Amino acid sequence: MMLRSALCALLVLCLGSAGLWAGTDGLRAFTSEQARRLAVQRTPRPVPQAVLEDQDGRGFSLDDYRGRKVLVDFVYTRCRSICGALGAAFQRLSHDLPPASDGAMLLTISFDPQADTPAALKRYAQRYHADSKVWRIARPQDEATLAALLRTFEVVVVPDAYGEFQHNAALHLVDEDGRLMRIFAYDQLEQTAEALQR
Amino acid sequence: MTGRNAWAWGLLLIWVVALPATRRALEASMVAHMLVQIPLLVLAGALLARCIPAKLRRGFEELDAHGVPGMLAAAFASSYWMLPRALDAALSDPLAELAKFWSLPLLVGVPLALSWPRMGPIGRGFVLANAISMIAVVGWLYREAPVRLCSWYLVDQQVLLGNALLALALLAGAGCTLRAFIGPLRRYPPPQAACRMSRST
Repeated sequence: MMLRSALCALLVLCLGSAGLWAGTDGLRAFTSEQARRLAVQRTPRPVPQAVLEDQDGRGFSLDDYRGRKVLVDFVYTRCRSICGALGAAFQRLSHDLPPASDGAMLLTISFDPQADTPAALKRYAQRYHADSKVWRIARPQDEATLAALLRTFEVVVVPDAYGEFQHNAALHLVDEDGRLMRIFAYDQLEQTAEALQR
Repeated sequence: MTGRNAWAWGLLLIWVVALPATRRALEASMVAHMLVQIPLLVLAGALLARCIPAKLRRGFEELDAHGVPGMLAAAFASSYWMLPRALDAALSDPLAELAKFWSLPLLVGVPLALSWPRMGPIGRGFVLANAISMIAVVGWLYREAPVRLCSWYLVDQQVLLGNALLALALLAGAGCTLRAFIGPLRRYPPPQAACRMSRST
């Protein structure tokens, strides 16, 4: 009886450890934010063909940037916390990007398209001195496009009690084939710049 | 509550917790998700364990000397559902939610109910000390983490859950300490009576 129980305990130990190992991507991802970064790195995923409107009221599609790398972040322009760090990161990165027609682009997408009219997007662009040749601030044209973008990028937006939003903030690199291939933290500027120019 | 009744109560409890309105209400807050919904599912499993047929129970007991394998299964499964990632997955992925609703009763509630009574005092003390310290560590992590750990919950919910887990660990620790130094002594016969008993046998 003791031997069978010991074997059984060993089996449970192995299965339990394997389950925890698999459930945390080899003890590397304990949060869903870490998990999505690993998942994208392991298996790049195609981004949807989203139609957006930029700070000048011009419509464009994400597909227009096929053949170029695009660094995407998600904000709402009223944000007084984490979006500021994203804006500052994009501002620094934009200084190193030459405004070439085949060079990398920065794209800030608002997940609050009702409030973020082109005028509000323009104010955000002015706040960070965004040059529209390398950095476009845009909003999705409809709710379905926004939902598809948030789903693909696994960006979760939770409204709080003060009319603001809490959301996961990161820098999302879309490659020349239109696939989300890496997600960087907003303080990983050197790695992000290197990946953009590679 | 008879074994047959317990079975019905267990299933009823799972059904009530799984009702869309109850599920939404309990999962709307991180504290209710982890400290109400999850324990209720474990309790449902413990109720289900009371109606396991005697033959199956004997088979389980033969493989569960001192309650160790069962307690290990409960420890692994409950540890997984304390991860922020698991809580997020339960909210965003219906398959993960389904896994939560069957794994907590069957892999935590049932083994706890069957294995706990079979453990000795040292084993129980070991399990309790580890469980309390794990709850305290997880609570501290949720409370002090500089970033939002669960994408689907606000950061103040995270702090609230951390405080609640720390309070739970403190209360459970105090309860166990009191019980260790006060409670069980009353059940033992006084030393002289114990000597008399041993001489007479």
